[in-house]
Amino acid sequence: MAEIRNYTINFGPQHPSAHGVLRLVLELDGEVVERADPHIGLLHRGTEKLAETRTWVQSVPYMDRLDYVSMMCNEHAYCMSIERLLGLEVPLRAQYIRVMFDEVTRILNHLLAVGTHALDIGAMTMVLYTFREREDLMDAYEAVSGARMHAAYYRPGGVYRDLPDRMPQYEVSKWKTAKTVAELNENRQGSLLDFLEDFTRRFPKYVDEYETLLTDNRIWKQRTVGIGVVSPEQAQALGFSGVMLRGSGVEWDLRKKQPYEVYGQLDFDIPVGTAGDCYDRYLCRIEEMRQSNRIIKQCIDWLRRNPGPVISDNHKVAPPSREKMKSNMEELIHHFKLFTEGMHVPPGEVYAAVEHPKGEFGVYAVSDGANKPYRLKLRSPGFAHLSAMDEMSRGHMIADVVAIIGTMDIVFGDVDR
Amino acid sequence: MSEKLERLSQLLAEKLGDRVKQTVVAHSEVTIVVAAADYAAVALQLRDDPAFRFEIAVDLTGIDYSAYSGREDGPRFAVSVHLLSVSNNQRLRLRAFVENDDFPVLDSLCEVWPGINWFEREAFDMFGIMFSGHPDLRRILTDYGFVGYPFRKDFPISGYVEMRYDQEQGRVVYQPVTIEPRENTPRIVRDENYGNVGHG
Repeated sequence: MAEIRNYTINFGPQHPSAHGVLRLVLELDGEVVERADPHIGLLHRGTEKLAETRTWVQSVPYMDRLDYVSMMCNEHAYCMSIERLLGLEVPLRAQYIRVMFDEVTRILNHLLAVGTHALDIGAMTMVLYTFREREDLMDAYEAVSGARMHAAYYRPGGVYRDLPDRMPQYEVSKWKTAKTVAELNENRQGSLLDFLEDFTRRFPKYVDEYETLLTDNRIWKQRTVGIGVVSPEQAQALGFSGVMLRGSGVEWDLRKKQPYEVYGQLDFDIPVGTAGDCYDRYLCRIEEMRQSNRIIKQCIDWLRRNPGPVISDNHKVAPPSREKMKSNMEELIHHFKLFTEGMHVPPGEVYAAVEHPKGEFGVYAVSDGANKPYRLKLRSPGFAHLSAMDEMSRGHMIADVVAIIGTMDIVFGDVDR
Repeated sequence: MSEKLERLSQLLAEKLGDRVKQTVVAHSEVTIVVAAADYAAVALQLRDDPAFRFEIAVDLTGIDYSAYSGREDGPRFAVSVHLLSVSNNQRLRLRAFVENDDFPVLDSLCEVWPGINWFEREAFDMFGIMFSGHPDLRRILTDYGFVGYPFRKDFPISGYVEMRYDQEQGRVVYQPVTIEPRENTPRIVRDENYGNVGHG
């Protein structure tokens, strides 16, 4: 009789479909996973400890680097926690801008999630399609903040500045002829809102393209249907949120259930799955992109009609304008104090959560009245999801582990913090 | 205070009785503080009692209160758990102070919410809070063989050791940190009414 041995293998940390630096120790019986033990922390940067040594505003850019595919949503939760502690009102226009960019970010994130998930389990084309659209959205990021990824655009009390009136243009170079440049710049002639509106008009067709590639694709369905099934009770017990929870059929979305900013006034639907497998979660992500597109349209509409301030006029929190600072003694003092000492946040604790593309991203901030946080806990959705890796992959084949990592939409900046 | 929060805090007082040592309602959130001995039992009731039904434990974190300004005594470590009820659309913060500062131990909630497993491992890793009854209390985020609890207030921001590749030995070695800690902006707590000169 042949000798039967169980194997323990290392998956990662340099495996291309480990989505970064996941080291997964798999105990295998033949090709079947008996136990999965994720080793994380290879990207741990101690953001929470670092934030304790920085003033409140200085930590905003750290938030971008947590989940580095949905940058602005992280900033949003952080700014919201400070605003709640201060009891600060955010101007309505800033709230619309934030919602619009949250949804831009959601599309950015889902494009990456769906694209790389397909890439991981064998569909090369998908990622090329989705990254084409990511380019446009990152240009929107760049136009508004100057950075394509790590925007640092949201501030406690609003957003850093109003939307720009013109888009950056491509220039003729060794690699781009005048004709290509003219083509590329065609939809960049107007303001950022014009550019985004043009995008929202084009985008539904793109989503149709993705669906043609995947939704009825035989291979895709074989790899995802019935894989990583999570029942609604299990999903709640495991602390899931976002698409991972909705894919299992639990109707829960913070944007609807505990609306923040202006989500209560916008018209959109929340897709919910039934089977709780990888395929349903994929369908949820696709539909969420269409819904985000709807929200962006409504925001563009409102923003066109309603000019106004985009950051609070409380100069203990938000800096005064340059012009005022240079002509007014009081504003000069505010400016100086704000950029040397920083704002003071009253003692207390608050937990602010947003519906991040991956799930519930929460910031638990404890203040003792100083100009720095006393303790900042970042609750990342990926951490909770990855902790269920063992539960979800047990009994599956080793190739399905990749499908499960993909469907969890793991990003290590977010898991390790 | 909104009606919903008022109802929740009333229910908490009714159902949990004097096991709740303190109830705070602030920033539209309810916080209850319980004794370490009651912690696990209260958690179980919060999950199963039809009045609460907190199905999801969203987050668990340790806090080191040793440097909190204006706080002279009291236990050093606390654990805050954020609970979410999907069916009642409510949130609650459950806190327990850990009695022994030198060897902090608290009951594990893994039996109540399996999803809290890694959060407890993280609290152990970062603060050295032990969770009795936890099935697999290993370090999670720090390096293999790490010494110390980095999120405690007495742990320096730059740590104690750094890592570099040693050409001669042909491997990565640890050595004491060579960077000087510096503070660009000092930490300041202002008195109330600071800067209020009484005019203007």
